[in-house]
Amino acid sequence: MEEQAVMAAMVTGTKDITKKGKRIAGGPKKPAPNGHGSRGNGGGPGGDDLARRFEPDRYRIGMWVALAGITMLFTALTSAYIVRAGWANDRLPRDWRPLVIPNLLWLSTALIVVSSVTFEIARKGLKRGAESVYSRWLLVTVFLGLGFLTSQFVVWRQLVHQGVYMSSNPHVSFFYVLTAAHGVHLLGGIFGLDYLLLRTWRKRQGEFEEKKRQALADSVSLYWHFMDGLWVYLFLLLFFWR
Amino acid sequence: MSAHEISGEAHRHEPPKSFIRKYIFSLDHKVIGIQYMLLAMTSVLFGVVMSVLMRMNLSWPGTKWPILGTLFPTGAPEGVMSPEFYLSLVTMHGTMMVFFVLTTAPQGGFGNYFLPIQIGADDMAFPFLNMMSFWVTFVGFLVLVLAIFVEGNQTIGAWFSGLGDWMQGGSGTVGPIGGWTAYPPLSALGKIAGPGQGAGMSLWIISIAIFCVGSLLGALNFITTLLNMRTRGMSLMRMPLTCWAWFTTAVLALLAFPVLLAGGILLFLDRTAGTSFFIPGGEVVTDTLITSHQGGSPILWQHLFWFFGHPEVYIAILPGMGATSHILSTFARKPIFGYRAMVFAMFGIGLLGFFVWGHHMFISGMSPYSAMAFSILTLSIGVPSAIKTFNWIGTLWGAKIRFTVPMLFALGFVSLFVSGGITGLVLGQTSLDLPMHDTYFVLAHFHLVMGVAAIFGMFAAMSFWYPKMFGRMMNETIGKIHFWITFIGVYSIFMPMHIMGIIGMPRRYAQFAENGQSIYHFIDPADPLVKFVTAAAIVTALAQVLFYFNFFWSLFKGKKAGDNPWEATTLEWTTATPPPHDNFAGVVPTVYRGPYEFAVPGAPNDFILQTERDAEVAEVDGGTSGNGSDGHGH
Amino acid sequence: MGRALGVLIWLITLGSVLLFASGKWWFPATISEHGPEIDRQFMRTIIVVGISFVAAQVALGWAVWKYRATPGDTTRAVYSHGNNRLEIIWTVVTAVVFISLAVIGQRVWAQLHFVGAPAGSYQVEVVAQQFQWNFHYAGVDGQFGRTDPSLIGSSNLIGLDPADPKSRDDAVLATLVLPVNRPVELTLRSIDVTHSFWVPPLRFKQDLVPGMAIHVHFTPTKTGQYELACAELCGQFHYRMRGYVIILPQDEHNALMALPPDQFQTRVGQLRQQYPIVY
Repeated sequence: MEEQAVMAAMVTGTKDITKKGKRIAGGPKKPAPNGHGSRGNGGGPGGDDLARRFEPDRYRIGMWVALAGITMLFTALTSAYIVRAGWANDRLPRDWRPLVIPNLLWLSTALIVVSSVTFEIARKGLKRGAESVYSRWLLVTVFLGLGFLTSQFVVWRQLVHQGVYMSSNPHVSFFYVLTAAHGVHLLGGIFGLDYLLLRTWRKRQGEFEEKKRQALADSVSLYWHFMDGLWVYLFLLLFFWR
Repeated sequence: MSAHEISGEAHRHEPPKSFIRKYIFSLDHKVIGIQYMLLAMTSVLFGVVMSVLMRMNLSWPGTKWPILGTLFPTGAPEGVMSPEFYLSLVTMHGTMMVFFVLTTAPQGGFGNYFLPIQIGADDMAFPFLNMMSFWVTFVGFLVLVLAIFVEGNQTIGAWFSGLGDWMQGGSGTVGPIGGWTAYPPLSALGKIAGPGQGAGMSLWIISIAIFCVGSLLGALNFITTLLNMRTRGMSLMRMPLTCWAWFTTAVLALLAFPVLLAGGILLFLDRTAGTSFFIPGGEVVTDTLITSHQGGSPILWQHLFWFFGHPEVYIAILPGMGATSHILSTFARKPIFGYRAMVFAMFGIGLLGFFVWGHHMFISGMSPYSAMAFSILTLSIGVPSAIKTFNWIGTLWGAKIRFTVPMLFALGFVSLFVSGGITGLVLGQTSLDLPMHDTYFVLAHFHLVMGVAAIFGMFAAMSFWYPKMFGRMMNETIGKIHFWITFIGVYSIFMPMHIMGIIGMPRRYAQFAENGQSIYHFIDPADPLVKFVTAAAIVTALAQVLFYFNFFWSLFKGKKAGDNPWEATTLEWTTATPPPHDNFAGVVPTVYRGPYEFAVPGAPNDFILQTERDAEVAEVDGGTSGNGSDGHGH
Repeated sequence: MGRALGVLIWLITLGSVLLFASGKWWFPATISEHGPEIDRQFMRTIIVVGISFVAAQVALGWAVWKYRATPGDTTRAVYSHGNNRLEIIWTVVTAVVFISLAVIGQRVWAQLHFVGAPAGSYQVEVVAQQFQWNFHYAGVDGQFGRTDPSLIGSSNLIGLDPADPKSRDDAVLATLVLPVNRPVELTLRSIDVTHSFWVPPLRFKQDLVPGMAIHVHFTPTKTGQYELACAELCGQFHYRMRGYVIILPQDEHNALMALPPDQFQTRVGQLRQQYPIVY
């Protein structure tokens, strides 16, 4: 899945060269004259120093690749979760006692889903050049993200208060591990948002800055939506998977 | 996120001036590559010394080695290696070699240095991340080394006092004893399970987790760079096979290391937070009933570990395959045989590598039905491996071989890869695993194929690219002597180990005799082989001094190298030696043909650079075969 | 240089083949019903391995001998990018050979692991702990007493519950005594870390995993005393976690099993002296 997406993301600027590659591979045919006019894969117009050093696709590709790695981390934890749920020692009773859904988690879920929407509003603003809309809604997104983390943290506090610790039983252990792992990644997303915000204060203008801002916003939003989806998935896994 | 700050907005590609920014915290992929190589060259020294110590203990158990007694007062009291000291050598040797040598040098080292140059880029996609990945890895290395010195301390906080004690000649010097596979419950129960399993084991896990993060950052960078930064005309099928190898390796690392990280986190929590992911209930360890854990599954760790562990084997060997293909073609003066088949075989090996982890667990208590499936998938990995071997030999067929040092090592790689890989046919079978599992046969198999063959790939790569990196040639005579001794040496070490395994010698035994009495009689016949292997190991280890000497001596005294001393074809040979800070001095190279255009009939030279324009090459009649790479025949 | 390397590769190949074919070092003679089939499968595999190994190394040696560049020779190498037909041929051939090998190799595996122990198998529980083997015999009543980890101590190695009447005649010994030519079912447990049960002449190996009771079965076919080793790293004294397996003629075994626990133990001690270790 990720690979396809990566390929999709790099299509810009690669088309002609890919075609050429295929044709040549097919048999002995005359290559395109000196490769002129064909842009390197995402390399931008050749010789243009600036374009060569900054290529917006790089951030999107990098983000997709990073998400593939993060997906594997949570896939591994999920398979551990499933195996452990079905595991019992040979002479002991099954020790898997699922936690009841803490009510606050519904709030967390709502906060993070809404934050994806506000991020999109911000990005729409950036696209049509409405700088203030962009920064305002980014700020809203940051606060929603912080709200989510606070809500998660309060859930932990409540559980600890009730005497439900990490070592209490395997389902709770997984609850803490998965929420912590997700929380750490989401915190990374908040830093990304902060960076976007800081960048809006920069005075520098121009096509370069605009392109860069756009590329950064795209990749951070990709990450943010992924974290949103990941939370929904974890929520379902932890409390609705039997 | 500040990567682009530096790379994107520094309008001039001037190298940084200060020593620290230039050589220590450098963003230049070339400097980072060399840093990785130096790290690997340091770790491999540790690794080799530890293997020699292990061999000495196996051949002459109970002997006093006074210097060890001074260095490791508890590990080797009065210089006699204790079994726990031996096992901590086993753990540290494996961890150092697998992670800090075989993962760093081929990928982080050579990949970092040459991937951007070979695809015509001015640097990695994210130079700052690149620097981070090296320094994170370096911290992981430090943490691992320190794990040796914490024995006797249950907490990491007490480690500092432990180190202090050690410096004053006291305290513990035994690392974790669980092997590089760290199977729980042995690795999860803490100090009660054995010496070195206290804070040392925790540090081991922390080190590996740090290493995972470093490798992931690296993999992210490699993949993005390769997809995004290829220069004009550098289509995927025009890339050198080295780039394909580094790319495949990066994909494997990206998908495998997170799984190890997940396992490491869970194992660490089992040790420190009282969870029971891997620790079953009702354990009685050294007469103590453990009540703080419930019904965990030790096998779960094995699944997570080997899901990472098997691709890791290919992470170690694929870059060697890439370098070997590249070097074979260059010195055979002949295009690589079956470029596309090589690419697909490499990807095939990588892909299948994710579905065979169970062959490490046939007798672990895993379902015997899944064992059968794993077995069949495992043997099918032999198919792409065989394709690669055939193609290497096909490349040599009808060649004009120049026997340079890199070529010798590349040929050695092919020989060793065959010898080591082929016994996978034995070990991949469920029924044959019954006698063979955890014997010296396994040791022989994986050392030959992922250890020695991969190292030969690195020797080949080092002597091949040394002139480009440092502007001087390595000494040819010393290099050849080094090759002959090492090639004969490694066969002498590892061939007899197969036989020991057939006799039934189990691995990870600290010794096979105690007080002059053999412990197991069925192992007695192996005794002359054990002594022979030790002698061979010592000679081979000593021969590596030649390599280190050659490496440092040639830096200053080596013959000056031109831009293209080997008459090779790929982009790194079109730029200056050593390459300028931005690799091509501001020029964007354009690629017109495939990477291995040697011996083109009618061309003025027997090699055509990838950047040579069509008009510069005489018309030739191409299409002699359908398997060719790009750009053959015009 | 080329000729030297070619010759060296051939010499290494020859040396390796001789090492394997010398007959000086090989498996100990097998003593189990499934053993001969494993040995045959090993031979089949090692022949395929040997042929592939020799073919590849000889070809490699030949190539470096034959195709070396000689001084003064200005002719070029053959310009070829490969050959699809050859590529397909060797892919198909290796795929067929390798995968059929894997499939044939499953037979013994299936026989040992896909079916349960035959009815009337002789049963023993194996309880491993750090650096020693304990064998739990059911005694005259043929039933195992209850065990509980919380009862484990230095005088009760496997935590046998004395309150359970079935445990009265049970015996726990460091030696495994089995009847010849009768299927044996072992229940493998570990009380601390992972160990592995391994008797080389039996051609049998299985991990003992804490928290699991793993049932395995095989049939010994030859009497004698054999060494039992641990094949999974289990801690500092892993190397001396040794045990013994005595395989007795059936009548002698029946007589042994009829003894009360205390005499049983003495008799096993005598048997250990009586049967020399076979290796």
